[in-house]
Amino acid sequence: MLFILPRLCRQHLRSYVQSHIRQLTTGQPNVCIVGAGPAGFYTAQQILKGNPNAVVDIYEKLPVPFGLVRYGVAPDHPEVKNVINTFTQTASKDRCTFIGNVTIGKDISIADLQKAYSAVVLSYGADNDRLLGVPGENLKNVISARSFVGWYNGLPQDIDLQVNLDVEKAVIIGHGNVALDVARILLMPIDLLKKTDISQHSLDALSKSRIKEVIVIGRRGPLQVAFTIKELREMIRLPDCKPVLSQADFIGVDKLIQDLPRPRRRLTELMYKTCMEPTDKDVKLWKTAQKSWSLSFCMSPLEIFGDKDVTGLKLGINKLQGEDLVKQSAILTDQTVDMSCGLVLRSIGYKSIVIDPDIPFDTKSGTIPNKDSRVEGKPGMYCTGWVSTGPVGVILTTMNQAFETGKTVVKDINDGILDLTKPGKSDIFNILNSKGVQTVSFKDWENIDQFEVKQGEDVGKPREKMVDISQMVSVAKKS
Amino acid sequence: MSAPMLQFFSKRFCSKCFKIAQSQRVPSIFKFAEQTKMTTTPKISRHFHVSAGPLRHGDYEYKDPKSEDEVVNITYIDRNGVKKPVKGKVGDNLMYLAHRYDIELEGACEASLACSTCHVYVHNNYFDKLQEPEEEEEDMLDMAVFLKENSRLGCQIILSKELEGLEVTLPQATRNFYVDGHVPQPH
Repeated sequence: MLFILPRLCRQHLRSYVQSHIRQLTTGQPNVCIVGAGPAGFYTAQQILKGNPNAVVDIYEKLPVPFGLVRYGVAPDHPEVKNVINTFTQTASKDRCTFIGNVTIGKDISIADLQKAYSAVVLSYGADNDRLLGVPGENLKNVISARSFVGWYNGLPQDIDLQVNLDVEKAVIIGHGNVALDVARILLMPIDLLKKTDISQHSLDALSKSRIKEVIVIGRRGPLQVAFTIKELREMIRLPDCKPVLSQADFIGVDKLIQDLPRPRRRLTELMYKTCMEPTDKDVKLWKTAQKSWSLSFCMSPLEIFGDKDVTGLKLGINKLQGEDLVKQSAILTDQTVDMSCGLVLRSIGYKSIVIDPDIPFDTKSGTIPNKDSRVEGKPGMYCTGWVSTGPVGVILTTMNQAFETGKTVVKDINDGILDLTKPGKSDIFNILNSKGVQTVSFKDWENIDQFEVKQGEDVGKPREKMVDISQMVSVAKKS
Repeated sequence: MSAPMLQFFSKRFCSKCFKIAQSQRVPSIFKFAEQTKMTTTPKISRHFHVSAGPLRHGDYEYKDPKSEDEVVNITYIDRNGVKKPVKGKVGDNLMYLAHRYDIELEGACEASLACSTCHVYVHNNYFDKLQEPEEEEEDMLDMAVFLKENSRLGCQIILSKELEGLEVTLPQATRNFYVDGHVPQPH
C-alpha cells in the first residue's frame, strides 16, 4: 500500500505543485473564448477543470448565451436543450465570466484579445450558409434553411425573414438533420407546436400555412443520407402526415443492409421498411393523413423558375459512382425533370465567416486551419467546434472535440508555452467602456431568462424568447 | 503511518486518484474530512434543473445507502483504464452516480434519451442482466463514437442487487470527430 500510493499520487502531485509554482512566478492563465455555444462552454468546462487557476472569459455577440442550443435546436426537442443546465453550472463558477453583447471583430479586435489573454479560443461556429449557385436562387421564397431555423427560433437577425406559406408545396434541398427539422416544423400539427418555445411570429405564420406537401431532395441515394435515425423516425411518425418513398429507390437495398455499419444499417432499414414493408398500424394511420412528405434521391437543382416568386425548379438526375457504397458520389446525367413548388428551402450546409482579418481562414472549406485545435501560425490561438471542423456532427461530436481543445490549452499552460503574464479582462473592459458598449453578464442573462419564462407562462409555452436586442439589454439590466 | 492517517493524507494530497476508494473506506471518525471536502469543493447544485421526462435529476444518487441490503458495488473503468470502485445502491442511475464520484461521464440531455454523451461498455457478464434497450436508446447509441456490441447509455442503467459487481468501461477519449466513420491515423 505504502508503495502504491506515492506512485499513484506522483503525477497528480507533480502537476499540482508545478502549476502552483508557475502561478507564483508568472501569474495566472487568462483564457478567453469567442462564442458562447456548446463548443465554447464545453471548452471552458474542460479548462476550468483541468487547471485550478485558469480564469475563463466567454465572449458572445448576442446578449444571450448557448448559441445553437438556443437558436438551432428545434423547438419540439426541449430535451436536447437540457444541456443548458451543464453550461449554467460552468458559467456560475467564480473563475468563469460570460460577457455578452460584445462583437469580436467590431467592438474588440482579435489583436486586443491576444494582448489581454494567454490563450484565445475561437468557437464562433458557422454562421453563413452555402449557396446552390444556380440561376433563380435570388427569387422570392427561395430561402436558406439556416435563416428559416433562425426565424422560427427567434434569432434576432432572422425574425424579419419573408416567408410565404400561402402555398401548397415546398421543396427542401438537402438530406441532413436541418432539412428534416425544417420539414417537420412545416408539417407538424399547430397544436403541438403551440406548446413549444417556438417564436410567436412564426407560430402565427405557420398557423396560417397552406403547405400540404414537402419534398426533401438529395443529390445522392438512400445509403448516403446525412440525417440521423431519430429525426427520420419522427418524420415517419408525424401525425396526419404520410411519408412517401419510391420503391424504385429501394429495390435491392435489403441485400446490402446487413453489411453496413450499425448506424447506417438501422437507418437504412427504417427507410426500407417504411417504403417496402410498412406495418398495418402505420398504413392505417397514413390512410387518413391530409399531408405528406417525400424523400427524393439522386437529384441536383439546376435552375429555379419563377417570375418574382418561385414557381418550380429544374432538377438534374444523378447516377452514383464509386466502390464504397456508403461513400458513392453523385454524377450528373443529361436527364432532367421539372417540379413545381411555391417554396424552396436550401439546406446544403453552413460555413464559417472571417470575423477579423487576424484569423487565418480557409475560404474553400469555410474553416480555420488548425492542428489539434491549435490555429496554424498563431501561437496562443485555438479553435474548436464548427469553425474548426465545418458543420458536422451532433452535440456529442462537438463535446468530444471541445474537451480535446480544452485539454490542449491546459497542456500548453502546464508546458509553459503560453505567456501567463497577460492582464485578462480588465484591459478589454477599458476598451468596451471607452466605446460605450453595454455588456451583459451571466446574472443579467438570468434576468432575461426569467422574463422569457414568465412571458411564456402567460401563453402556455415553456418560454417566449425576446427577439429584440435592445429590449434584451434593457431587461437584462433591470435588477 | 497508520492506515487511517495514510488515508487521510492521501485524501488531502491526492483527492483525484483516491477519492472513490476513500468514500468507502474512511472510518466514521474521519468523516469530517469528507465533510470538509464537500464544503471546499461543493457539488454542483441542481436546483435549476427544469427538464422534462421521468427524471430525478440525480438527487437520489447523492444519498448514501440506508443499509448494506441496498448496497450495489460497481466499478467504473475510466478513459485511461483506471478502475474506480464505487459503492452504489439499488435504484441508482449509473450516470448520475458517476457524477457524484467525479467520473468523467457527461449527461448532456439529463437522461432524456436525446444524446449519447453517457455511452459506456458493459462487461459481458452483466450485459444480459440489463433490461433490453428501448428503441430511442438504440437510436442514440447509433450516434455514439466507437460503438460496440456491449454499448449502452449509462443513464438507462438502474442498479439492482443483480448487478452487484458490475463493471462498466468508458469509451476512449477520441480525436475522431467525423460522423461518416472516417478514422484519422494515430499520431
